[in-house]
Amino acid sequence: MSEQVLMSNYRPDRPASFDEYRQSGGYRALTEAILRGSPRDVIEKIKKSGLRGRGGAGFPTGLKWSGVPDQAPFPRYVVPNTDEMEPGTFKDRVLVNGDPHMVIEGITLAAYAISARKGIFFIRPSYEMDAELIERELEVSRDAGFLGDRILGSDFSFDILVHRSAGRYICGEATAQINAIQGNRPHPIKGGAHMTEEGLWKRPTLVNNVETLACVPHILRNGPEWFRGLARTEDGAGTKLYALSGKIERPGCYELPLGTRLGEIIDGAGGGMRGGSEFKACLPGGASTAFMTKEFYDIEMDFDPLKRAGHRLGTGAIVVFDRETCLVATTLNLMEFFARESCGFCTPCREGLPFIRDLLRRIENGEGKESFIPLLHDMVGYLNHAYCAFAPGAAAPLKGLLEYFPEEVLEHISQKQCPFGRGEKTPEQRRE
Amino acid sequence: MIPKEMKDRIRKQIEGSEHPREQVVNVMYALQSHYGYLSDEAVIEAAGLLDMSPLEIEELATFYDFIYREPVGKYVIHACDGVVCWMFGEESLVDYLCRTLAVEIGEITPDGLFTVLPSVCIGYCDHAPAVLVNGRAYGPLTPEKVDELLEQLRRDHFILVQDR
Repeated sequence: MSEQVLMSNYRPDRPASFDEYRQSGGYRALTEAILRGSPRDVIEKIKKSGLRGRGGAGFPTGLKWSGVPDQAPFPRYVVPNTDEMEPGTFKDRVLVNGDPHMVIEGITLAAYAISARKGIFFIRPSYEMDAELIERELEVSRDAGFLGDRILGSDFSFDILVHRSAGRYICGEATAQINAIQGNRPHPIKGGAHMTEEGLWKRPTLVNNVETLACVPHILRNGPEWFRGLARTEDGAGTKLYALSGKIERPGCYELPLGTRLGEIIDGAGGGMRGGSEFKACLPGGASTAFMTKEFYDIEMDFDPLKRAGHRLGTGAIVVFDRETCLVATTLNLMEFFARESCGFCTPCREGLPFIRDLLRRIENGEGKESFIPLLHDMVGYLNHAYCAFAPGAAAPLKGLLEYFPEEVLEHISQKQCPFGRGEKTPEQRRE
Repeated sequence: MIPKEMKDRIRKQIEGSEHPREQVVNVMYALQSHYGYLSDEAVIEAAGLLDMSPLEIEELATFYDFIYREPVGKYVIHACDGVVCWMFGEESLVDYLCRTLAVEIGEITPDGLFTVLPSVCIGYCDHAPAVLVNGRAYGPLTPEKVDELLEQLRRDHFILVQDR
């Protein structure tokens, strides 16, 4: 097994305790930073480490943190993002549940780096068990003096609250999340100042994915060079929690060097295809990435190699499909998801997604026409004109279907039925 | 009307918050757990407590899928129809649950116990197909296991002590 960092204390039966985390070197980085370091030093190390955001966008973390101007007003905020609503993604749940104090230390270090006073742990309702766990462990951390007023006797005071969300995919988007916390309808906010200058309540705010934050204590403890060396790729840095699901033998969350090859991940940690079935395609990073075919089996699963190949690493949630799975029906399922979750704020997304869904449903049910195909191509283009990144993300799997599986779409049309014998019922048909 | 004791508790929580509006989801959850759903009365009460208009509460309540604006059963079954859970179902969990319980989506079973709602990916893809019931996840499920789960929830309901 490769070096385990984020999952070094992971045990299948229960979360790692405060004591276990301490024994593994936990809270040493925070102690060191507060007593002997400086916020600037923390940011420099994170910059040098090459850490990039694990929530999907891959933005350099150190650069984000240094976006908070020295003279920026107070109070400043850290928002650890545990919304994790990207279909196929469950790594943050495993991480938070596996080693809660690692996450808490990471959040506190981010707060120290930008002199934040308050952290708001944003968590989705289906992770209620983990919200309760984090609340308990925050109390333990407070009792030990790692949170609260004058942490470790220093001038630095910081505490974390748990903010329970009430659902909806768009809340995972950083600006929508800020609106959600402020009690507004969670639309994304575009344009204007950066969140690091004007975020929550118009104050400097860091919204970081919790996997990103969990890397921070390790970087400070072992050094940026060590972190860079963990990745398999030359330019990459760190390990990655790959969430594997679908038609494989061992679905689960696995920590591997960033840049491990796709095939190695599926056949290694994932135990290969389920019951000897054959690989057809996968989504490399959740629902808003495009299908990848077997020709990408050797690709290094890191931000840049995927980008160069015209793909996205996203959240690193690999959803695997076998030969028996109809990808028109799969794409239809994904479009149902996006159409339902669209916040409805802008037209291309609100109107475009249901239109695509209906075209795909007709194709899947053998009522498609060849003229639908150029129409679908056009729709992919229109979705890119939406207000936020939601619709372009939604377009990705459709684009992948049209690009890599045009024959499968055509077969549905020419045979006037799903070649996989699936067919998708409308809600009205289901009731009959 | 919510009991005075509960109102005081919520009010204290709001007053203890630097920005009262940050509490709006918590307040909706609290009222929802009292009424069983976020009734019209609850919307007005939430607005009063937070110094917001009922319309502002309504636009949030109707946005979030874990806030129920209509009555629901004691157990709300959020059946995942995300891509991974979908892949494992000959028949979707939603369809199976509705058929077994003889309800349509959003309806309440005659005993008042169950409501089935389709849900976007609930984040338990490693246990697909999965459902979420009152904050707890169950999976991987087969029709037999769904039957067992329903039976278990029915049993729990009859032996659970409820001090209100």
